[in-house]
Amino acid sequence: MRALADPTLPAPAPAPRERSPWRRFAAEFASSRLALLGLALLAVLVLAAVAAPWIAPQDPFDLAQLDVLDSQLPPGSHSTAGKPYWLGTDDQGRDMLSAILYGLRISLVVGVSSTVAALALGIALGLAAAYLGGWVDAVIMRVADIQLSFPAILIALILLAAWGQGVGKIILALITVQWAYYARTVRSVAMVERQKEYVEAARVLALSQPRIVLRHLLPNCLPPLIVVATVQVAHAISLEATLSFLGLGLPITQPSLGLLIANGFQYLLSGKYWISFYPGVALLLTIMAINLVADQLRDILNPRLKR
Amino acid sequence: MLAYAFRRLGQSLIVLAVMSLLVFVGVYAIGNPIELLVNPEADDAERARAAAALGLDKPLWVQYATFLVRALHGDLGNSFVYNIPAIQLILDRLPATLELAFAATLVAIVVGIPLGLIAGLKPHSWVGRGIMAGSILGFSLPTFWVGLVLIMVFSVQLGWLPPNGRGSTVALLGVPVSFLTWDGLKHLAMPALNLALLRLALMIRLTRAGTREAVLQDYVKFARAKGLPMRRVIGVHVLKNIMIPIVTVIGLELGSVIAFAIVTESIFAWPGTGKLLIDSINQLDRPVVVAFLMVIVTMCVGINFLVDVLYSLLDPRVRPGGAPAGAH
Repeated sequence: MRALADPTLPAPAPAPRERSPWRRFAAEFASSRLALLGLALLAVLVLAAVAAPWIAPQDPFDLAQLDVLDSQLPPGSHSTAGKPYWLGTDDQGRDMLSAILYGLRISLVVGVSSTVAALALGIALGLAAAYLGGWVDAVIMRVADIQLSFPAILIALILLAAWGQGVGKIILALITVQWAYYARTVRSVAMVERQKEYVEAARVLALSQPRIVLRHLLPNCLPPLIVVATVQVAHAISLEATLSFLGLGLPITQPSLGLLIANGFQYLLSGKYWISFYPGVALLLTIMAINLVADQLRDILNPRLKR
Repeated sequence: MLAYAFRRLGQSLIVLAVMSLLVFVGVYAIGNPIELLVNPEADDAERARAAAALGLDKPLWVQYATFLVRALHGDLGNSFVYNIPAIQLILDRLPATLELAFAATLVAIVVGIPLGLIAGLKPHSWVGRGIMAGSILGFSLPTFWVGLVLIMVFSVQLGWLPPNGRGSTVALLGVPVSFLTWDGLKHLAMPALNLALLRLALMIRLTRAGTREAVLQDYVKFARAKGLPMRRVIGVHVLKNIMIPIVTVIGLELGSVIAFAIVTESIFAWPGTGKLLIDSINQLDRPVVVAFLMVIVTMCVGINFLVDVLYSLLDPRVRPGGAPAGAH
């Protein structure tokens, strides 16, 4: 793959016959079994999260379905009504499996939505910096530089210490933390791409500036961005879980995986590991699955970025 | 050179001023500490008196100006909860955090560099791949999750290590430290390992990349051709050359280690500044929150400034001729 100098050229296809780019992409992705495993795992987790209201044994937010007598039961025990608790129950008699499915939903929504929003913001600012240049470029990149000189968790802590808890607030904090990566990536790629002939050709055709940027330049900047964004979803989920664990992220009414882990933490030392451990396993699987997929995407889409 | 250092210093001060404004306005926008600190049955006059005593009745910009002038004199206000200077509280807790940070850095270096060397020398072997897979795990696993698993395994299951606290300390040059007593060392082990994990993964990657590059260089071939044993070539020649980026990263990461110590200290109830910060946020003890954030922001800015200036001393190419430092 090292011979592939120009990422805009199609990769040297192993099969001689003509195939659509999507087919080729799929074939390349499938070349790693580990990546396929990650993709399958991710699909299962996303499906489980989306389908949580229908497949969860219990609605963890419906207090009428909870029985305090069932609290802190170990995995595999049965409720007073005879229903099994596969992963045990928490301190309020909540079925852990159901709580995890709903928590996964919240974690994924926060991680994905903040990444998508940060991506959009980063693309807009990065393209503006690359295309307008001058003081716009200087200001945007300076702010990004300054922000990136501080650890992400510190910036998020400062913002959340100021704003308090809330789904909207943590999404905003995660956007603030992430946009600079995208802005930098877009800018650096756009600077290279805009020198290329297809952009010049579009200019010769007297296409409008916005059209050139959005229809011609942007699609060619996307591959490295997709790679960065995939990794960032995992980072965002992990950061949200960390902040929620510290009590600074989501409110108790919106328990993400991080908050579930935090709730169970106090019972860990008394040997009631399942309240914390299983949400932790779900978090681990999610992050691993995303990373496996992202690694393969990096190899396919951007051979030069290989770490 | 001096002009560059001064310009860079100016930039650092501007960043510091902006961050201080951000931190101050941000943190002082949360909640009303009077509600927490004054007896709920107190009447309005008493509340007003308490607010005046704490300086909370003045407009925000006056509070900020007062804060800035005092901060320049090393006074970051009194803790609402403990009623002692916030900076004093932080300085009292700082040795614990620094000890943890240094222990973590030490673990990362002592374990990470040899592993990185092995992975770099045998990149395609089973061991090399295993080490890299481990470093990917180290990068992607949330710190608090690993801490939890450590407690589960070593404290709950095996009962080898205590899950929280600092253990007994002894004074070294007047500063209490844990690592000189067996009990303290046992308390230090898990938090240090936990905090080291991310740095460890980074060390492995850096060393591996550096080693892979170095073994292809002529000086390594020459040393081998001269008949030096492989051990000496790696231990002296290769290691010396890959140390430069490693040392830089260790320096640059110091701020981040202390930021991440917040998480580790919360899990292991390590009595350092990070735990103090989380407690203070929950108790709305604003002066302590502001003081902590100012200390760590100043540290980050200071470290970046030092690294940039040192680099321009070592490598004149970094010094821009008239262009601002951020120009590309």
